[in-house]
Amino acid sequence: MNFETTIGLEVHVELKTNSKIFSPSPVNFGAAPNANTNVIDWGYPGVLPSINKGVVRDGIMAALALHANVTKKMHFDRKNYFYPDNPKAYQITQSETPIAHDGWVEIEVDGKKKKIGIKEMHIEEDAGKNTHTGSHSYVDLNRQGTPLIEIVSKADIASPEEAVAYLEALRQRIQFTGISDVKMEEGSMRVDTNISVRPYGSDQYGTKTEMKNINSFNFVKNALNFEADRHQKVLMAGGEIVQETRRYDEATKGTVAMRTKEGSDDYRYFPEPDLPPLIVDDAWIEEIRSQMPEMPGERRRRYVNDLGLTDYDAMVLTQTKEMADFFEAAVKDGGDAKKVANYLMNDVNSYLNNQHVDLQDTKLTPANLAGMIKLIDDGTISSKMAKKVFKGILAGEEPAAFAKANGLVQLSDPAELQPIIDAILDDNQQSIEDFKNGKDRAFGFLIGQIMKKTQGKANPKVVNQLLSKSLNER
Amino acid sequence: MTFYGKDISGLHADLVAKKVSATELTKAAFDRIQATDDQVQAFLALNKEAALKQAAELDQAGIAADQLLAGIPLAIKDNIVTKGLTTTAASKILENFKPVYDATVVEKLNKAGAITVGKVNLDEFAMGSSTENSAFQTTKNPWDLTRVPGGSSGGSAAAVAAGDVLGALGSDTGGSIRMPASFTGTVGMKPTYGRVSRWGLIAFASSFDQIGWLTQTVKDNAILMSAIAGLDERDMTSANQMVPDFAAGLNDQADIKGMKIAVPREYMEGVDDDVREVIENSLKHLESLGATIDEVSLPHTKYGVPAYYILASSEASSNLQRFDGIRYGFRADDVKNLEDVYVKTRSQGFGDEVKRRIMLGTFSLSAGFYDAYFNKAAKVRRLIAQDFDKVFKDYDLIVGPTGTSTAFKIGAEIADPKQMYFNDVLTVTLNMAGLPGMSIPAGFSKDNKMPVGLQLIGKRFDEATIYKAGYVFEQTTDFHKQTPELG
Amino acid sequence: MAEQLDRQQVEHVADLAKLSFTDAELAKFTPQLEEIVGLFNDLAEVDTTGVEPMTTPTTEVNVMREDVAVQSSDEERKALLDNAPETANGLIKVPAIIDESEDGEE
Repeated sequence: MNFETTIGLEVHVELKTNSKIFSPSPVNFGAAPNANTNVIDWGYPGVLPSINKGVVRDGIMAALALHANVTKKMHFDRKNYFYPDNPKAYQITQSETPIAHDGWVEIEVDGKKKKIGIKEMHIEEDAGKNTHTGSHSYVDLNRQGTPLIEIVSKADIASPEEAVAYLEALRQRIQFTGISDVKMEEGSMRVDTNISVRPYGSDQYGTKTEMKNINSFNFVKNALNFEADRHQKVLMAGGEIVQETRRYDEATKGTVAMRTKEGSDDYRYFPEPDLPPLIVDDAWIEEIRSQMPEMPGERRRRYVNDLGLTDYDAMVLTQTKEMADFFEAAVKDGGDAKKVANYLMNDVNSYLNNQHVDLQDTKLTPANLAGMIKLIDDGTISSKMAKKVFKGILAGEEPAAFAKANGLVQLSDPAELQPIIDAILDDNQQSIEDFKNGKDRAFGFLIGQIMKKTQGKANPKVVNQLLSKSLNER
Repeated sequence: MTFYGKDISGLHADLVAKKVSATELTKAAFDRIQATDDQVQAFLALNKEAALKQAAELDQAGIAADQLLAGIPLAIKDNIVTKGLTTTAASKILENFKPVYDATVVEKLNKAGAITVGKVNLDEFAMGSSTENSAFQTTKNPWDLTRVPGGSSGGSAAAVAAGDVLGALGSDTGGSIRMPASFTGTVGMKPTYGRVSRWGLIAFASSFDQIGWLTQTVKDNAILMSAIAGLDERDMTSANQMVPDFAAGLNDQADIKGMKIAVPREYMEGVDDDVREVIENSLKHLESLGATIDEVSLPHTKYGVPAYYILASSEASSNLQRFDGIRYGFRADDVKNLEDVYVKTRSQGFGDEVKRRIMLGTFSLSAGFYDAYFNKAAKVRRLIAQDFDKVFKDYDLIVGPTGTSTAFKIGAEIADPKQMYFNDVLTVTLNMAGLPGMSIPAGFSKDNKMPVGLQLIGKRFDEATIYKAGYVFEQTTDFHKQTPELG
Repeated sequence: MAEQLDRQQVEHVADLAKLSFTDAELAKFTPQLEEIVGLFNDLAEVDTTGVEPMTTPTTEVNVMREDVAVQSSDEERKALLDNAPETANGLIKVPAIIDESEDGEE
């Protein structure tokens, strides 16, 4: 039997606004437990939520970045459930009127392009955080009220590979808007999946299983592969898939069913009476559209057309907003575009991969990278010296000063080089004769002697010129 | 000294002229409470030390002519949070709860120099029409201690009717200010939804709740409104509307000649005969003052009670979920696991009526029932609001009885929740539509001598017309001058 | 409509609301709730065709707060923690969470 897989993804993206979505408490990480909380975050008797305009704006910007239609009249809804990290015992979210609907992103898998539909997007509040010891759990409400955008895909995703490509495309576009860090490892992007499998040609979907809060793209792929496989095996054996929530286990690369309580998922949604509706007019949408940063595709076109990069280079540089921003800043600071691109794609990327750090976490600056490339171009340093200077600029050093302080400056002044050349020639009469007899190797030997004498600092180009001239004069 | 026959303007003049001190007024309030509250049981907590200190400071600094409320003793319903002063909503689940912030209305009163003498009783979480649902005590009607003061702001009404204070804050979700005002012969205003910030009002039903106040006179009531109403950025449903000086026009120039008053026929049906007689006399009196009176229809009135109890209970079931024994308030002792914390805390912490409403609301919102109950009721709510809109195209004011009866006996209805709910039939529809309404003393039942209230209903944000009509009616009658015999 | 509330339903609703009732309480509450739901069923006779539900009387729209953070004071944080039945190291303490499934947005 042949099967087809249907995958739906729900992605939660944490926004990096100044304040929470329904309370003015600050949004930032690493604060002392419950330091970023107030009476609203604690769900105190008598408190009321207040809508953060910045969250609505960011939500609209995300909608535009994902080609979605912004809902003109919307309200918030309450989702009711008891949990220690959910202080009001309801989450303020959107159910009836999502902030946006019917968007899409384009993915490419095995050279084939495909549009994956986005069903709807909601703005809502995050919950606090529970930690557990044996007999007790502990609640920190700092995260309570952090703004989230929930992005719900259509059931257009046909394989785990497409799922990951969709997540990458989503992350890339959201990241370029600047509204979120979209980092899986820090929890600012979280993924819930649902998957079902059915025989080819079947006109109805198979039973779904869900997985919540998977925290890396790799795990998403592994978990979905495992589930697709498991579903197929169960169906082949004549069994039935149980609709349930499962958890991905990193150790076994498999999934296991989670303990669930029956009937506990009746969330009793109803319109949030504490918040008046929002009516989004075209003027506001256009204002936000005008503030929209350039998306990766637009940047790629510009890099190819205006800066002469190849399609491949342009694609690599626009993988993340940091990289693209860095590239553009270095070019603006006078670095040759092609050379800046090469450095970023090779030396810088391998450094980041080896060190497992992000570009913005290093001390490398666009100005210093551009400065180093200029030093190479004008002959101040050799490409060999550049390797050492590169280490300097990774440590935050200014390239010219670093090169000078570490003796990494080429000798290019003829007045300094000529006496050295003259002395070498005086000591190597035989080589002069060999050269004159047409033995080219003698020229190379003499260059080697000069480089040795100058401890490799002589500018090869200048040495070449001066040596040719001197030999001709002998 | 009692506050009977006194009003805020008069006492204010005496305070400014130093004929009386804020300390004397505050002491008088506590003396009166001492004398009456063993019987009436309106107060849940007294704020004696802080109140006397505040009064002494005011006396020291002197009270200026524009500080109309400075030194005036008031009481606050115990579902409005007061920083550091125990606030319980008359529930065991909040017994001994110390709020860490002040409600906006409390901030405003404090700033105005009003003296908070204490917190007054209510039906638990404002759910009830008799104040018998308090976890702590049953407040008695000062006119007849065997009768209820109405609810849920029964403590507020009783404190004013007993002459303990000049005014008291209450809250009105389905009639909880107007009904007690009617039962105790006081003046009780429920402003337009959005007029007053709900920040710090412990939510019962967020789209119905509105803070209001009870006083002995219409003018005092208007003075409080101007001090308390207004936009508050912490309550996004609070209205961006001008707050006029509501008391300004309330003088001997005021008249209601030509005012177009509508009387819904549905409001006079099913009303006890003694109440109907008083209201009919009131209508004649209004006519004699130059108003025109026409009968109109509000056809969906009878659906108000079921629609209200579905919607308000649904919101309440959600609003009261935060009382879970985790962050504040009562937690049951014998808990072994998290489920116990929730279930035992809530089952032991809430009283019967609160549990009934939580159950009704949870049911109305639950899977499979939302459309038939919550959503259907929300549609009926719109029809009820549209009924009012139609009448207000042609009329300035709607008038009728506040309740279908006078204050009933303690214990008479508590065992029959459905019967109790029908007490609200003439008041809930205003909360559905968000309209302002005020109950004023209209006379006394010839059967039991208990007060009867006349309900004045205005257009949205037109409390001024309500005050004008109420003031003219009051000044040409003497019902408000009569006082219960107590202590 | 015309739904009747039976005891089983009452128990299910109680479960959702995190309430528990003794048998004696159930015997009292069930008929009361049934009677009130019967009253609710009167709404079925109202023609609401084409009527938009009204869930708030507010006429305000687009009320929003500027995105400005306000840090609460140490005093406020202390007062909040002091009111909690159980705390440890600035965290709110509860008996262990065992049911994974209700971890809503986690």
